[in-house]
Order: sequence, then structure tokens, then C-alpha cells
Amino acid sequence: MKVIAAMSGGVDSAVAAARVVDAGHEVIGVHLALSANPQKYRSGARGCCTIEDSHDARRAADIIGIPFYIWDMAEEFHEGVVSNFLSEYSAGKTPNPCLRCNEKIKFEAVLKRARAMGYDAVATGHYAKLVSSESGPLLYRANDEGKDQSYVLAVLTQEQLSGALFPLGETVKTEVRKEAQARGFSLAQKPDSHDICFVPSGDNAGWLRDRLGSEVGEIVDEEGAVLGSHKGAYTYTVGQRRGLGLTVPADDGRARYVLRVEPINNRVVVGSREELAITEISGNDVKWCGPVPEKGEYRGLAQVRAHGKPLPCTYRWDGAKLSASLDAPLFGLAPGQALVVYEGERAVGSATIEWTQ
Amino acid sequence: MESAYLDNAATTAMLPEALEVMYRESGSVGNASSLHGAGRRARRVVEESREKLAAAVGAKPQEIIFTASGTEANNLAVKGLYWRAGASKRAIVSTPIEHHAILDPLEWLEREHSVTLHMAEVDTHGTTKVDSIAQSLSEYQKEISFVTVMHSNNEVGALQPVAEIAAISREYEIPIHTDAVQSFGKVPLDFGKLGVSALTISGHKIGGPLGVAALVAKKDLELTPLLHGGGQERDVRSGTLHTPAIAAFATAAELSQQRLQINADRIRSMRERLINGVTAAVDDVRINGGENTLPGIAHFTFAGAEGDALLLLLDAQGVQCSTGSACSAGIAQPSHVLIAMGMAPKIARSSIRFSIGTTTSEKDIDKAISVISEVVSRARAAGVR
Repeated sequence: MKVIAAMSGGVDSAVAAARVVDAGHEVIGVHLALSANPQKYRSGARGCCTIEDSHDARRAADIIGIPFYIWDMAEEFHEGVVSNFLSEYSAGKTPNPCLRCNEKIKFEAVLKRARAMGYDAVATGHYAKLVSSESGPLLYRANDEGKDQSYVLAVLTQEQLSGALFPLGETVKTEVRKEAQARGFSLAQKPDSHDICFVPSGDNAGWLRDRLGSEVGEIVDEEGAVLGSHKGAYTYTVGQRRGLGLTVPADDGRARYVLRVEPINNRVVVGSREELAITEISGNDVKWCGPVPEKGEYRGLAQVRAHGKPLPCTYRWDGAKLSASLDAPLFGLAPGQALVVYEGERAVGSATIEWTQ
Repeated sequence: MESAYLDNAATTAMLPEALEVMYRESGSVGNASSLHGAGRRARRVVEESREKLAAAVGAKPQEIIFTASGTEANNLAVKGLYWRAGASKRAIVSTPIEHHAILDPLEWLEREHSVTLHMAEVDTHGTTKVDSIAQSLSEYQKEISFVTVMHSNNEVGALQPVAEIAAISREYEIPIHTDAVQSFGKVPLDFGKLGVSALTISGHKIGGPLGVAALVAKKDLELTPLLHGGGQERDVRSGTLHTPAIAAFATAAELSQQRLQINADRIRSMRERLINGVTAAVDDVRINGGENTLPGIAHFTFAGAEGDALLLLLDAQGVQCSTGSACSAGIAQPSHVLIAMGMAPKIARSSIRFSIGTTTSEKDIDKAISVISEVVSRARAAGVR
């Protein structure tokens, strides 16, 4: 096969690229430039997107012995990921940009370009497994439970997955680091990246305030009593307890949590932990990363956060929406996050959460 | 896979004779500024090389100032002339199609020293309009410190009317510099006859080594140095002279002059072969640079394909060329030259440059022609963003 290895400059994608070469494919390394004005050097806990990172990726490509190019995807990234991130937050939702990046950039814009240019697949350093079946590739959790990224890949359709390679799915991260070391990659000890790659400071709330403004509003309880004020409702997330700065203590003296963010009247509603409990989740924008199931009700597992626990549930597909009834209540779930349903280790499909109760 | 190197305007293979000289001189000890025997020997090599190089470019030996790169020579010309000109001369005349080694120091002066830049108009082929320069000179003559206009454009290959512009500058007694890095050794170039005050040439574009170049400057042209130190070159440029590179540069310059016509004819016929082959193989292709170009540069626009994609796909087939313009992050920007020529950014991004050198063979050209149709159709399928 002819393969484009997406190389961020981190350990995982470098080892993934090397493995695709070892498997006998014709490979070129591509670093995605996602910012029109990339920073020169890394700062904070990030592993991509600076000029230094593209240099690291290039050095790994040199060692592997593959051509290396930088593809400018800044516009696509801004449109598909950053703008979406902002509009979701300003609508009071909590989006997952990594998921959007996989859906719109890596396995959409990049894969499309790769295919047009005569390449068959895009290889990345994601921790997930693809298993072939009669219906096409199926997405499974990685062997390394702690690193499993099937959740952020469950937005991909089978058509997209048929152009994806995840060479690290069966390996644990510690082994990947050892392999990077053995291959002579200077980036072998580079720290894992977390945080959101386009928020260099790691200060998500500050970043949002700079872009969406910081209109002061009320923090209220379910009865509408004003308990404090905030600087920008969208910087709060359902389930959040810290940083509320409430001036009126609760009658029972117990901690209060964000129950809802109401962007239209710029209010943040807080309440007790019990009030956070939900068992019903409903989402739209449904994607099936395996064969599309018949309409109906199924038993499975629901996951609602990147590294959240799989929760036993009954899920329903009515042809437009995907909903799940959890066996046990869950505390604090924000609209905008992704609901991913699994059958055992297999990711079945995903939806963007619209409402919970 | 055999590769076809068609990026000779970026850098070209060293001539065997130059390589031989470089190797030989690298084995000899001696600082050309030392007074003892080894130093005198090195000094002699430097001065003989200076004479050779001067002869090749139609200058006097005293007019050669060796530098470590064409970029350095251009910076010395731009900043050196500006700083020397005095407080009342706060304007510079140039063109928007200069190489970054001119454009960036100009823009730096504009930003840091509040210099006014009068950038000439260029036509759709990338040729500077003489009238436009003449108008700036007549209008702002009292404020202008100097003029700098490249001898030929490095991207599209268009030769510039430097002799005419020099004649006008002389009427106003305003110094004029030309960046002749792409022209030297490719088209006739004579410092004296051209009538400019200063001119930049570089070693590695003509089969000499990397890391050596020269600013050719009239003896009475005052320049403020960029580098201060031993004052080795006319007290204008400091730094230990790179004797082996200078000797090899001079050898390459001498040979390029001797073979100029033969090389130019051969290279131009290969350019025609390439253009004919490409236009026969691909629809909707535009050749940039007009009629009056360097012999070895063939610059194409393939509407609907991205330069980056073309380059990648050609590279995968072993054909090496260039998109012409790159920024520090390696992210392709539409070329400032093509934009100045009036091209829309989207069209400008669809361009690539092939550049032919003395080591290019017809086989290389035919290889490029044989793959171009598939490459362009794939790149067109990938589209332009």
C-alpha cells in the first residue's frame, strides 16, 4: 500500500510511521501545520504544532528513511475544529476538539487529499485497533487500557476507517517508548501531550474569555436565588465544583456543582450532587464506526469522556438519534460531549450529546 | 530509482575542476592574513582567485569583496548603502520581485528605521517597468539613498532591464545595486559595462562551493560594514578568508564564463524540450516569465493543482523541483513574485519551477515529461485549498 504517515513530532506517531515502513508499505511522512502562526518552541505539555515539533517529526522521518513534508491544514483546522470549539462553548456546550480533529482533519481533509494523490491510507499513532470483517474494518479498544483512544476515533465511519492504519493498537505505551529509543529517535523521551493543542497556555477558560468576551453574569440555584457571579458562562462545565466563588453558602453546607450553563441569559445554575445524577442520554449527529445497525434496542456500554469508564446501558437507535439508558446514575455530564457506545471492546458508534436527564 | 535533479537554481553540482581545487586547497594550512610563508601562500591563492573572478565578471580585482553567502552580500549592499547615505536619504527604490535576501533587509529597514520603500511596478511576465523606477527617481531623488533591482528573477527567470535602470540612476547620481546571483555564469554579465555601482554573485549557483559569494562594488562606493573584526576585505567585511572556497569559486567562475555560450545554448534547448513536452502532455498549463528569461528556468502554473502536491508527487517519482517560495515553517505561501505579477493567490499556489543546469541531461528532461501528466492529474484531483 501507499501510506501517508501523519507525524506530529511525538513518540507515538514516529513509531507508528516506522512500523508501517517495516510492514513493507511505501510511506511518506506528513506533518500537519495546524496554526497559521506556529510558535517556535514548545511550551507547556504539548506535543505538536510548534516549529520545534515539526523539526522533531522531520528528524524521525530521516531516521526511518522516508520523505517528509509539511501540509498546511491551518484553514481546515480553524474551520473544522477551532471555530466549532468556540461556537459549541458559546452555546453552553462542552465540545471535544480531538474528536473533531480526527473526524474533520486527519481522516477527512488529509485522507481525502491522500487518496486523490494516489495514496491508500493514513497511518497515525492513535491507540486503537482495527479488525477486518466482512462488512469492513471494525474499531476496537487498544491493548493499553490507559492509553486507549477508540473514544476519540468513534466518530469515524467505516469508509474513513478503511483508509486508516493504527499500528500501535496492540502495544502498550511503555513498549512504544522503548521502541522509539531502540530506533534512535531523539524524541523517545518527549513527554506525553495533553491539554488542547491550540490552547498553548493550558488555560482553557482564559483562552475562551479572550475570544468570547467575559460578560459578567449570575450564578443561581434551581429556585433562581443569586449565589454569586461569573465572568463568562461558557467557562463553566456541568459537574464542575471548584472555582465557583459562591458568596452565599448552601443551607446544608454541602458543596455545590454546576448543573447547567444557560448561554442565552448568561446564567450558571448550580445545585447539589444528587441533582447532577442522570440516567438518560440522547445524542444526534450519529456516526457508526461499524455496520449501521437495525433500528432498535441493544445492550452495551456507554462511554461519555475520553478516559471515562464504560457504563453498562441499554442503547436505542431510532434512525436519527442515538440514546442510552444507564443502569446506574452518572453524575455530571455536559451536552456537547460525545456518547460512544461499545459492545465489549468494540466501538459501535457515537453521537454528540444533546440532552441528559 | 534514478532521479532527475531539476532544481539547479536552488543549488547545482560542483564542477569537477572546482571540486579538485577545493580539495587541494583544503589540505593546505595558512591564513591569508598571516605574514609568514604559509600565510603568504594562502594570500597569493586568494589574490589570484580575486583576479580570476574579477575577469570573469568584468570588474577590477579591487572591486571584489568576498562574503560567506549571497544573502550576506545582499545585506551588505542594502544596509551598507543605506547607513552610509546619511540622515536625509530615507528612501530606497526597489522591486516587489526581489529575492528574500533583498526584500527582507529592505522590510527590516522599513520597520526598524522608518525607511520609505518605493517598489516599482512589474508586468505580468515579471519584468520591472523602467518607467516606474524613473518616476520614483524623479519624484523623490533627494530622499533616495540607493536603488536595488535584481538582474534576473530567481523564480520565473525573467531578465530585468538593469542596464537601462542603471543609466537613469547615474543621471541622478544615485548608487544602484543588482542581485545577479541567478544571472552570473548563465547570461553575459559585465560589471563595468552594466553601469551599476554594486552587484552580488554567488559560488554555489555556478558549480562552485557553498559558503562563498562576493559583492562586487566600485572602489569609491562607501559601505557601512555589517561585520566588524579584522577588516580583511577592504575594511568593509571581516572574517578569515575561506581560501579553498574562494579558489574553487574563481575556478567555477572562469569556466562558466568560458563555456557560457555553449552551456546556455544546450540548457536553453533542454528548457524548450521540457516546455514542449509538458505543454503537450498537460492541458491548461501556463509558462511564466515571458520571452526574455534565463536559459535554465522553466516556471509553470498548472491551474487547479497545488504546488506542494505537485512537488510531493514528482519527488515520489524521483523528479526534484521547487515551488519557488517557502517560509520558515516549511509551509508554502503563495509566491510574492507571482502575486506582484498580478496572479491571484490561488493560481500562484499552483506553480512549480524546474531549473536546468550544466549536469542536466535530456534523459532528466524526458523523465520529467514522462511523469508530468499523471502527477498533474493526481494533484488536480487533490485540488487547491
